[in-house]
Amino acid sequence: MSQQYLILIYEQEAPYAEMDEAGRQAVFAAHGRFAGQVGELGGTLLGGNALQPSATATTVRDDIVTDGPFAETKEVLGGYYLIEARDLDQALAIAKLCPAAYGGVEVRPIWDTSAG
Amino acid sequence: MTGPTDAVAAVADAHRRDWALVLAATVRLTRDLDLAQESVQDAYVAALDAWARSGVPANTAAWLTTTARRKALDALRRDKTLRAKLPLLVEPAGEPEPSGDQDMIGDDRLRLVFTCCHPALGREAQAALALRLVCGLTTAEIAAAFLVPEATMAARVTRAKKKITAARIAYRVPSPAELPARLDAVLTVVHLVFTTGHTSPAGSSLVRTELVERAISLARMLAELMPDEREVLGLLALLLLTDARRATRTDESGRLLVLADQDRSRWDTAAITEGARLASRAMRGGSPGRFAAQAAIAAVHAQAPDYDHTDWPLLVARYDDLLRAWPSPVVELNRAVAVAMAAGPDAGLAELARIEADGRLAGYRYLHAARADLLRRAGRDAAAAQSYRAALELTQNEAERGFLAARLAEVAGPQ
Repeated sequence: MSQQYLILIYEQEAPYAEMDEAGRQAVFAAHGRFAGQVGELGGTLLGGNALQPSATATTVRDDIVTDGPFAETKEVLGGYYLIEARDLDQALAIAKLCPAAYGGVEVRPIWDTSAG
Repeated sequence: MTGPTDAVAAVADAHRRDWALVLAATVRLTRDLDLAQESVQDAYVAALDAWARSGVPANTAAWLTTTARRKALDALRRDKTLRAKLPLLVEPAGEPEPSGDQDMIGDDRLRLVFTCCHPALGREAQAALALRLVCGLTTAEIAAAFLVPEATMAARVTRAKKKITAARIAYRVPSPAELPARLDAVLTVVHLVFTTGHTSPAGSSLVRTELVERAISLARMLAELMPDEREVLGLLALLLLTDARRATRTDESGRLLVLADQDRSRWDTAAITEGARLASRAMRGGSPGRFAAQAAIAAVHAQAPDYDHTDWPLLVARYDDLLRAWPSPVVELNRAVAVAMAAGPDAGLAELARIEADGRLAGYRYLHAARADLLRRAGRDAAAAQSYRAALELTQNEAERGFLAARLAEVAGPQ
């Protein structure tokens, strides 16, 4: 029996906007390594994506469409991984390796709504 | 025949002694904290009646565990859908389910403690869960002790229990690699329970004493289950040595008394002997951790015949140990006071100057109060008065203001 967790990556955006090509390559490489480390720690990587900057976000609330993210914050959601792990300790061990140099990550258990 | 009075006393005794054991063994069966807790509570209620009729069993923990597990099974049978719905606790992989009395091993209590004090839970929730699940206090009792409304505490406990199941916090003892950090969290919680009971002036003193005693019995349980963990021994020693002075911490009017003014003849010598012995065991084998180092400091104070005859040079060395384990400007400040006692006020003032240059304690009233005290003892009254005024400006506590104002009047003379 295992549990799915979403690792949400919250970071400042400015450092990425100002990053040169070598820096960007280093970040890609770090995420590539992380994908391999999930399995080494006994978890399974089910998916994940990087998001376009929050300036590209559009908010819909009560049918009203507005430009910008849901809330203006210093650190914004920049990407996520969906993993499967035995328990929270294993998920946290994996999350500790997730690259997030300009912020941190949040680990949320996926709610299995089919389990009643 | 035991009689109802004896049964009540025996149940109260068994509640204090066996609760953690019984609950931990029942959780292994139900794999649900709430169901286990209810079943154990029911078992204690049943004991009141059964023990009055048929006598107190020789092994109360075994009787209570058997009863609690039967009640849990009954509940599961009555409501077949309950079992399917239970958000089951995560068991360590590949571990066989033990049966019968074999469940009652120390490890089960440790699983319970480590689950309650998991770092994914907030510190206050950890303390509340430990008191609720490991000590068996009611939510109302815990709320009273922490001076929050009962509804707030109930919500806190419910939220924490929900997170344990929803986020799959495993019901297990951490691996050796994780143990130091996880154990530190457990010890911090026990220490928090103790200091809540020990230091806060508000709240009923009965509830406060209960917290202090629960913290000590938790520390005892941990020391019994992990006799080789030096920090566990250190924590137990620290609590015993601190609590040994309980009777003398305030005067008749409830005012706090500083160490120098406490009546040492009323200190609990048995607790001091045990605490000092544990502290020296905790200090053996290389650099001590923060609890062992604090216990060693408390032992130096507790074993001194009076304040002036405290072994100050030894105390300075113990503070050096503590600083290595737990670097903090507040520890440095306490060390500076010990330096002043060992080598004179000027040596202490030199240490204080070094701490002040660091700047982190600028708004800390005890820094100014300590400087004022050392200046007064060095005979520099004008400078002392200035520091007492600075300390007064930062102090709201009435008892402390009275103390500082009296000292200020001494050095400033009649205004």
